[in-house]
Amino acid sequence: MKSLAELAAIREKMKDKVVLREGTGEIRVVVGMATCGIAAGARPVLNAFVEEVTKAGLGEKVTVSQTGCIGVCQFEPVVEIFEADKEKVTYVKMTAEKAAEVVEKHLKGGNVVSEYTISNVIS
Amino acid sequence: MIRSHVLICGGTGCTSSGSKVLISTFEKEIEKNGLAEEVKVVQTGCFGLCALGPVVIIYPEGTFYSRVQEKDVAEIVSEHLLKGRLVDRLVYKDADEAVIEEAGKTLSLNDTNFYKTQKRVALRNCGLIDPENIDEYIAMDGYAALGKVLTEMKPEEVVQIVKDSGLRGRGGGGFPTGLKWSFTAANAADQKYVVCNADEGDPGAFMDRSVLEGDPHCLIEAMTICGYATGATEGYVYVRAEYPIAVARLQKAIDQAREYGLLGKNIFDSGFDFDLFIRLGAGAFVCGEETALMTSIEGNRGEPRPRPPYPAVKGLFGKPTTENNVETFANIPQIILKGADWFASMGTEKSKGTKVFALGGKIENTGLVEIPMGTTLREVIYDIGGGIPNGKKFKAAQTGGPSGGCIPASLIDTKIDYDNLTAIGCMMGSGGLIVMDEDNCMVDIAKFFLDFTVDESCGKCAPCRIGTKRMMEILEKITDGNGTLEDIDKLEELAYYIKENSLCGLGQTAPNPVLATLKFFREEYIAHVVDKKCPAGVCKGLLNYTIDADKCKGCTLCARKCPVGAISGTVKNPHVIDTTKCIKCGACMDSCKFGAISKG
Repeated sequence: MKSLAELAAIREKMKDKVVLREGTGEIRVVVGMATCGIAAGARPVLNAFVEEVTKAGLGEKVTVSQTGCIGVCQFEPVVEIFEADKEKVTYVKMTAEKAAEVVEKHLKGGNVVSEYTISNVIS
Repeated sequence: MIRSHVLICGGTGCTSSGSKVLISTFEKEIEKNGLAEEVKVVQTGCFGLCALGPVVIIYPEGTFYSRVQEKDVAEIVSEHLLKGRLVDRLVYKDADEAVIEEAGKTLSLNDTNFYKTQKRVALRNCGLIDPENIDEYIAMDGYAALGKVLTEMKPEEVVQIVKDSGLRGRGGGGFPTGLKWSFTAANAADQKYVVCNADEGDPGAFMDRSVLEGDPHCLIEAMTICGYATGATEGYVYVRAEYPIAVARLQKAIDQAREYGLLGKNIFDSGFDFDLFIRLGAGAFVCGEETALMTSIEGNRGEPRPRPPYPAVKGLFGKPTTENNVETFANIPQIILKGADWFASMGTEKSKGTKVFALGGKIENTGLVEIPMGTTLREVIYDIGGGIPNGKKFKAAQTGGPSGGCIPASLIDTKIDYDNLTAIGCMMGSGGLIVMDEDNCMVDIAKFFLDFTVDESCGKCAPCRIGTKRMMEILEKITDGNGTLEDIDKLEELAYYIKENSLCGLGQTAPNPVLATLKFFREEYIAHVVDKKCPAGVCKGLLNYTIDADKCKGCTLCARKCPVGAISGTVKNPHVIDTTKCIKCGACMDSCKFGAISKG
């Protein structure tokens, strides 16, 4: 290595890999991963979130993690999005494709994708 | 795509409580559950809570599992990693048992009482990165400070920024680091050296080991920066051979840095050359003294020599040398990157930044803590340390190991910094903090530390070699119950004489534990010589075990437990201890179910 640019390149390449450990981001995406969630297909949803968030360069801002049963098993896979000073948004019956859309529109664009939210399904 | 990291502590503490096997077990279980593509296992350096090891932290949640055993791994993988449910019984809880669990957020490492008041600068990467992976260090802005120094700054600018930061030597003396660097920089020579003192020898101190094990690249970067600032092209790390993990990781880090061209010729194309070598110490305490350390690196018997000339003029191999301690160096890259003002904003007027302490003794949370200078002893012991176990009363804290003194309970609100500690006749030392409760005898503590310096005195100068031995004999006389008031005066006189006349720091500070305990706990010494009593019930020579005839039921248990047959009596009748036979082991007292046996 002979230049700062090379050092910066390694830093950029590695940043995504250690950003997970930087504590909690401003936005928390929590995927329900209990037996009901996994059976309904939460696993690809979780992976899609991780992948899309990294791709969109939101790794420092968004933390993707998992939790147990949220309690509305019939609507699994359930994903909840927490953001400071904002109301929690709950997405239901998620798929990997919907996850990508949520990352693009909600996490990046700041607009809740209301057609996938729980309020839309219930009412 | 990796979504979760399992960090397993690979420091010496957790390794000895069995963390090595956890790594392979986790990998096996993760593979079995088909999570190999999603979860990564990382071995890190020390997290600090060594008493609760092996420690495992799972990110992104930051869930903190303590005392994890091999048999727990399958459950953690299937519950936490697969299903997202905490394994509650293993999650670390604060002393008040409060598990904070907000919606969608579980108690993270940083929310615990142990961590939340800490400020991690020197230890910032310990427990967060894989110390054997240079790329992870670089991801945490590693080597950026070196890049900045070599491409944008002049050596005198580097010295100035270290001066402005107010950083002082963390090895114990507290000498201003920038000033030290400027002395070496000012001396022209064909060859200069940088030396890192990693010969951590105080009983109970292990902060340098943690940095070496958890963040070895940080030391390499800092020493290279120092080399550039002072005009040195070679560095030596003098580390104890008793730190095998630290030595192995540092060597690996040096090899990686050489491979990346971060050590060697023409670093960052700046024309600056620097290389680094490890020298192993054989564990002699005196080799922590800077001149003895350099004599040892040169291949000679580790003995100190008079100063001046100071190392900045005539150091290693007779050349100008800058010598700093591991923790001092560990602060340097952050100071360069974040600026002198940032560093100087932490701490007190004359002691800037943070200090790492190794908490030990009678305290709930044994381990490593890094706190801003000026934090009170009360906060360290009760807020971070979790208080004294078993509801006992805090008596004193010993700082600075065998060179230091003690802070009594009456001064518990002392703000910890170099000058406050010196003012009360104590010293910062390298950062060992041993907490004592009402069951500790201060005369015995002084004897313990003096015993250490008697053993470790190199023998070169008479005051230290002979003087400490004579002091030790007086202390033994006192704890055996044969002391007189004149002995206390003689002890004090000898202590001052040794302080003034010894050649090096070891002898000059050896009497400190005695002087400090005499200052704050003189009445305990007097109780030993006048009343022939050890108030804490520690000194065996002054102890007598007695059986209260009213409480004794004559169960015969104590008589059967006594290893020397000193207890006699018949069934259902009160027993008696023959004090001439009694070896004061306390086995009878531990065994008595009726509280009939007392000591005093």
